[in-house]
Amino acid sequence: MSKEIESHHFLEFAYQLYKTMKTNEINLVYEGEVTQEITKTFTSLTEKNMARSEEPNQVQRKVFNVMVECLQNISKHADTLSDETDDDRRGIVMVSKGDDSYKIITGNVIRNSKIPGLKESLEHINSLDKAGLSSLYKQQIMEAKLSEKGGAGLGLIDIAKKTGSKLSYQFKELNEDMSFFILTSTIKRNY
Amino acid sequence: MDVINIKGTDDTPNVILDKASGQFEISGRSLPEDVNMFYEPILDWIDQYAEEPNDHTEFCFKLEYFNTASSKVILDILLKLEEIVESGKEVIVKWHYHEDEEDMLEAGEEYADIVEIPFDYVLYTD
Repeated sequence: MSKEIESHHFLEFAYQLYKTMKTNEINLVYEGEVTQEITKTFTSLTEKNMARSEEPNQVQRKVFNVMVECLQNISKHADTLSDETDDDRRGIVMVSKGDDSYKIITGNVIRNSKIPGLKESLEHINSLDKAGLSSLYKQQIMEAKLSEKGGAGLGLIDIAKKTGSKLSYQFKELNEDMSFFILTSTIKRNY
Repeated sequence: MDVINIKGTDDTPNVILDKASGQFEISGRSLPEDVNMFYEPILDWIDQYAEEPNDHTEFCFKLEYFNTASSKVILDILLKLEEIVESGKEVIVKWHYHEDEEDMLEAGEEYADIVEIPFDYVLYTD
């Protein structure tokens, strides 16, 4: 009997999730490891969806660009809750399509000690206009040394430049060491 | 000199580097999982080429997309080409951009601000 109730709850949950996704036009939801293969699969899936809905080319290209940077940010920077392994880079990924814009929402675990530095970068990027972002990008690309994982510290600047929108973010504390970092990138549908 | 001829995939670009025929081109998409590993032989090749370059080098970039990690390596390539310019030989960068991709034109202009190499911007359509 209890099994039946459990399975009923699960079906109800699946239906609610479906309804929520439909009303909010969420095209993609994922929680798990973010690898190069996942990045390629999601970007090509999103590309196909956009091509089918005859989204203008410029918008498609921007969504593609921003998705790659967001996903590669997770695969390069995400921390993990367990101490056991360092190479399991997990996160959540959501893509939603609104009347005026696409939103790409990513979330990953981050060490609390990294938050002040990241917050400072995000606030600095959000304080700049197009020309300011361009000079920050040029300065950073000249100074940057590629990390072992191939990060150049340019991802967030690039997202801000290409979307022309402010980066919206939040940190939710999980425990005294870790938080959950949520980043929302907005790509306008009409240029 | 050896010829580099790498066929592109959905996350790595086509690369042709051929001193004898004077063909130097990187095209397609560049978002490799390991940027350092992919570009190492290319940077080594250009290093070697810079020691004895042709009198005239026309280096063609025709990228549809590159990620920020690749953008750093592209700067490294351009800095090597700049050394050739400084040695007194002629280098020109042909920077192609798609008509729907103004960001790609801007990216080229940003590189042109950083390095002392003449850039020629080439618009293309599908």
